[in-house]
Amino acid sequence: MGHIKLTNVAKSFGSVDVLHDINLEIADSEFVVFVGPSGCGKSTLLRMIAGLERPTSGELAIDGKVVNTVPAADRGLAMVFQSYALYPHMSVRQNLAFGLENTKMPKAEIAERIGEAARMLEIEPYLQRRPGQLSGGQRQRVAIGRAIVRRPVAFLLDEPLSNLDAELRGSTRAELAALHARLSATMIYVTHDQVEAMTLADRIVVLRAGRIEQIGTPLELYNSPANRFVAGFIGSPHMNFLEGTVESVQSSKAVVALTGGHRLEVPANGASIAKGARVTLGVRPQHISIGGDTHGIPAKIKLVEALGSETVLHTDVAGQKVLVVAPGQYDLMPGADIRLSLSTAPLHVFNEKGLRLGHTV
Amino acid sequence: MSRVAQFLFRRKGGKGWHWTDIVTWVWLVGGLFIMFGPAVWLVGSSFKSPAALAEFPPTILPYVTQKVTVEGFDKPLDLYEVTLPDGSKGKLAEVRRIGVVGQMINPSNPGKVIKVNISQRTPVRAMSFASGNYTEPFTHFDFVRYLWNSVFVTVVATLITLVVNSMAAFALSKYEFRGRTIAMLLILATLMVPLSVIMVPLYSIVSALGLFNNLWGVILPTVATPTGVFILRQYMLTIPDELVDAARMDKASEWQIYWRIILPLTAPALAVLAIFSVVWRWNDFLWPLIVLSRKELYTLQVGLSIYSGELNVQWHFILAMTVVTMIPVVLVFIFLQRFITTGIAGTGLK
Repeated sequence: MGHIKLTNVAKSFGSVDVLHDINLEIADSEFVVFVGPSGCGKSTLLRMIAGLERPTSGELAIDGKVVNTVPAADRGLAMVFQSYALYPHMSVRQNLAFGLENTKMPKAEIAERIGEAARMLEIEPYLQRRPGQLSGGQRQRVAIGRAIVRRPVAFLLDEPLSNLDAELRGSTRAELAALHARLSATMIYVTHDQVEAMTLADRIVVLRAGRIEQIGTPLELYNSPANRFVAGFIGSPHMNFLEGTVESVQSSKAVVALTGGHRLEVPANGASIAKGARVTLGVRPQHISIGGDTHGIPAKIKLVEALGSETVLHTDVAGQKVLVVAPGQYDLMPGADIRLSLSTAPLHVFNEKGLRLGHTV
Repeated sequence: MSRVAQFLFRRKGGKGWHWTDIVTWVWLVGGLFIMFGPAVWLVGSSFKSPAALAEFPPTILPYVTQKVTVEGFDKPLDLYEVTLPDGSKGKLAEVRRIGVVGQMINPSNPGKVIKVNISQRTPVRAMSFASGNYTEPFTHFDFVRYLWNSVFVTVVATLITLVVNSMAAFALSKYEFRGRTIAMLLILATLMVPLSVIMVPLYSIVSALGLFNNLWGVILPTVATPTGVFILRQYMLTIPDELVDAARMDKASEWQIYWRIILPLTAPALAVLAIFSVVWRWNDFLWPLIVLSRKELYTLQVGLSIYSGELNVQWHFILAMTVVTMIPVVLVFIFLQRFITTGIAGTGLK
């Protein structure tokens, strides 16, 4: 069981409001990722669920029981910290045992649980070592092991992969996903890395400046971001934004004149879109194709990044930066003029407030 | 030997003397003499007889003038190396001295007195260690009793100091509460109040508590030290708060967090404070002198003052016992300094 519900939760440190009116429900055995830029309050939210911070207002319930005043230790949760926070003066075994000893668990059971977790995480050879004698990846496993032996109702992970190198991060990410499938426990995972969020999450919670911007499955966020912030945050490289003005509106289509004069037809979806309104078009770099077509948008190449399987073009469209990710290899040089085609691209239209038109909340 | 010379005269860049080489050399050698000289002189002098101590110019090592027993004389006579008027040299014993002339005799032929100008003779000296300086106090001075009192005061006071100060430091470094900074500043401010200012009120408190003439009266007023709180707090601030959070998630009580997580990680700072505390308590003189008036409760430092009477100071005993009292402090320092320099390798955190 690991059903967590937050109702109108807010947190302030002194006069600084860190979180505003957070409403969130996390189902049992769900993998939820909190993602957002640094300082958005995601770690504070996690620490509040953990019980290390008290919410200023609102209600926090675990399995239907309000736990606002329940101390961290009695919430039945386990946390993996960004720095791992392993006790440096204890061996790996003692690190794993510490939390269990504090619950007055019989020695035999402690040994059994440690054995099981060590097998699962393949840390058996290091049980007698100190954390200082382990590599980053091994410490990471021990930190996860310390959470596993507690058999918590939910795991809270605070940027657990941020201290690993890129290669190890990839493999550990896959292991975490496998671990989640195996334990089928609720996991709440905080990260600022949207790739981790996309690959691991059942649902992603995007936070900005202490507010939830959008909650949804990774593909929901990718395909229909609620606003410009989410659109820009999810996806790599991030979405291109082109400023423009609505020229005419028909029943299902609208014509937008981009800065620079080029006109584009965009789907209006019956949304409230008025003639003359300033809008922003969002298009993912992968959806732009390079076309010799004279209908394409004229662009000047600034930089070519050839990655082999794909080519990343940094281009300039009437003073706005546009990134293009084209599959395959191209013989293009910086300074060349090309035309970009958006004819097949899914276009996102954002109004002046940054909200996506046609998005149903 | 050449390696020693090479080490002593090692220079920057290998060739030539840069002025910084000279400054460094003078500074370090000067420092060595200033720091180590008095200690060597103390140890050397502690083996001197009272007569040798009064000698001028003083020597580092304990020398005594050799004496010979000559037939016909009750007391042993001083032996001198003499240059005779005919230029020959010999060892003669001095019977008496009149003005600048010494009346000497040859110990092997005591019948004939030879008159020698005192500028023509030098005493025959040999190194001799007056071990009685060390052994005698043990027999007619209650050294063991005083040693026990000193050890008891030092060990107990140091243990309590470590526990009390680290608890204060833990609260001041790991808990957020209103007035935390003020509390810290107040504690530090007490550094500015010297013992002589609070001596009288402290005495009335100790006396009112019935701790007068009690070793606890020496121990208790000294255990809370601002220096200790400061050293430990600054060190504890460097221990990541995430460890405390992790321990809280691990169902550790606040006492367990302090005792099992924070305290072991503060070991290097605790070692520093332990050295300080041992040195302070061991060398404490004024406060024990005030509180303790019964002789059997004296600590070593107070006990030693017996040897400096109003009219007669028995330097040879004082010096020897000072060397003895220095030994524990030196041992503690040698033993604990490893902890200071090592620290804890790898904190387990990135």
